[in-house]
Amino acid sequence: MSAAGGQRRCGDFRTDYYQEMTWFPSRRSAAACAIGLGALLLAPLVLKSFGLALLIQIGYYGIAALGLNLVTGFTGQISLGHAAFFGFGAFCSAWLNNKFGVPVLLAIPLAGLATAVVGLVFGTPAARIKGLYLAIATLAAQYILEDFFNRATWFTGGAAGAHAEPVSLMGFTFNSDARYFYLVLFFLVLLYGYAANLMRTRDGRAMVAVRDHYLAAEIMGISLMRYRVLAFGLASFYAGVAGALMGHYVGFVSTESINILLSVQMLGMIIIGGLGSIMGSLMGAAFMVLMPEAVEALFHAMGSSAAGADKALVYLKEISIGALIILFLVFEPDGLAHRWRQVKAWWKLYPFSH
Amino acid sequence: MKTDLLLQFVINGLIIGTLYGMVAMCFVLVYKASRAVNFAQGEFLLVGAWICWGFISELHLPFWAGFLITMVAMTLLGALIQAVVIRPLIGEPVISVIMVTIGLSVVLRGITLWIFGPEPKSFPGATTGGTVRLAGLNIEAVYLWSTAAAALGMAVFAWFFKFSRLGLAMRATAFNQQVAQSLGVSIQRIFVVSWAISALVSGVAGVVVGMVNGISPGLTLFGIKVFPAVILGGLDSIIGAVIGGIVIGVLENLAQFVDGEYLHWGNLYVVVPFYALVVMLMLKPYGLFGTKDIERI
Repeated sequence: MSAAGGQRRCGDFRTDYYQEMTWFPSRRSAAACAIGLGALLLAPLVLKSFGLALLIQIGYYGIAALGLNLVTGFTGQISLGHAAFFGFGAFCSAWLNNKFGVPVLLAIPLAGLATAVVGLVFGTPAARIKGLYLAIATLAAQYILEDFFNRATWFTGGAAGAHAEPVSLMGFTFNSDARYFYLVLFFLVLLYGYAANLMRTRDGRAMVAVRDHYLAAEIMGISLMRYRVLAFGLASFYAGVAGALMGHYVGFVSTESINILLSVQMLGMIIIGGLGSIMGSLMGAAFMVLMPEAVEALFHAMGSSAAGADKALVYLKEISIGALIILFLVFEPDGLAHRWRQVKAWWKLYPFSH
Repeated sequence: MKTDLLLQFVINGLIIGTLYGMVAMCFVLVYKASRAVNFAQGEFLLVGAWICWGFISELHLPFWAGFLITMVAMTLLGALIQAVVIRPLIGEPVISVIMVTIGLSVVLRGITLWIFGPEPKSFPGATTGGTVRLAGLNIEAVYLWSTAAAALGMAVFAWFFKFSRLGLAMRATAFNQQVAQSLGVSIQRIFVVSWAISALVSGVAGVVVGMVNGISPGLTLFGIKVFPAVILGGLDSIIGAVIGGIVIGVLENLAQFVDGEYLHWGNLYVVVPFYALVVMLMLKPYGLFGTKDIERI
């Protein structure tokens, strides 16, 4: 939709379905997207290793949050076991590589597929229930998978954890932060595009219909079972790929890091970002990764160097995660994505907003 | 077959199960009254136990004084949480309420860890009761005391809901909010009271468990074991919660027995309740005593 004279029209002037289906609502948003992507491509030239490490973290947590948003935000099925699937992907990729010598680059999507299969196994009974029952069932899935990780030493290395080799492709190793950043960015763009596209298709809209009014959806011929299971499988695939990326980046996967707090953190990401918003998932992931760093910076800026300061910092970070989830739910339940839309709307009408 | 050992495990299970039942009862109370779920139940236990420990151990108050202060503090905490955090979310989707209580649990756990540290501590002079021989088995006196305390708590609960004015008002609210409101029951007050009672009883349970096993962040596991118990008994049945709690307690200990004697897998007792939960959800999602939700168009 091109606006005359480069001005943006305020209001929705779409007149046919094709306009409704476009990727970008205006030329400006396409340009903004291209500029954003270009800036990300150039980021390793500017940023130091620490900044890149944060961006990589945002990348893989963003992928996981996208998956969780597909099942929780778009289909309305809460999942408290997302971290377990994330962990399964990480272990699976490391296992495929260590045991069978599958090239890591191939092992990452394969791990995603394997996780999707596990997700389908847990998702099939979960498709029959919703709300509180589902929350409790997925909580059980988290504990059962955690127990499996601790038990299956052949798969995870048990309490000692599993080593994950760095990614290499035809002699080129993704061993530095800058190189790995491009790998994560590649997967992120691919999966982000897929999720954004999904929402333009029949399947994506069916998922939203299942969330908004499952009875009406069923009457219109949408199979509830099918779409709930599908959403679960997709979410697990995303979690698996994200976990595998995390594993090969850190180089080590331990059973301890895959705990319920991580699941809560991922739910926090999509709540802060905005339930049912593709871009919000990334915003939430960024917020969740950067916020502990901000807390730490603030903590050091206040000059606390008491004996127990390090411990206090760990707890402070944890508390701030919980507090943020509560604050967002009480004051801004639609998340950052909603806030962003409001800012955009304000600028669109400037200086005559209201 | 080691009958003695088996019996010992079953009795341990019954004792622990009564405590599970008591905590599950609190969960059901809140759910019944306000359709809100509390994922921070385990943290209530922890907070209650730590407050009591702090007053007795650090400030050297006698036990009864510390216990009374704990009860008051927990009641206030429960009411405060309802008023500040839960009330704005009335009418929001279930996911929001679930997430806000999860957020709450993270905050409460962080704060207790920060103040009291991760190391387990025991109440001064708690485990000096010795053992009681009962039908040829050694049972620690503290365990018996804890069961007695839990049974007393349940009896008070039963009396409260059967005879007291407030308890009857709460049951009316759980049955039908509009009807209760038209009869002059303040729904808002009922919600606050249900959270306050839930926090109070959980805090007491926390002190009791702390007396038996010592206080550590592991206490929050009680809050998670509540879920298998309430699913087993039915989400909105108080009797069901108690029975579910006892069944889960016994099941856990039986798993430990089978594991220790025959299988040697280790840690089986930790996950068995969750397998029971999943099986129950598949077979009978509304539990043994829960009300079936029939949806009509």
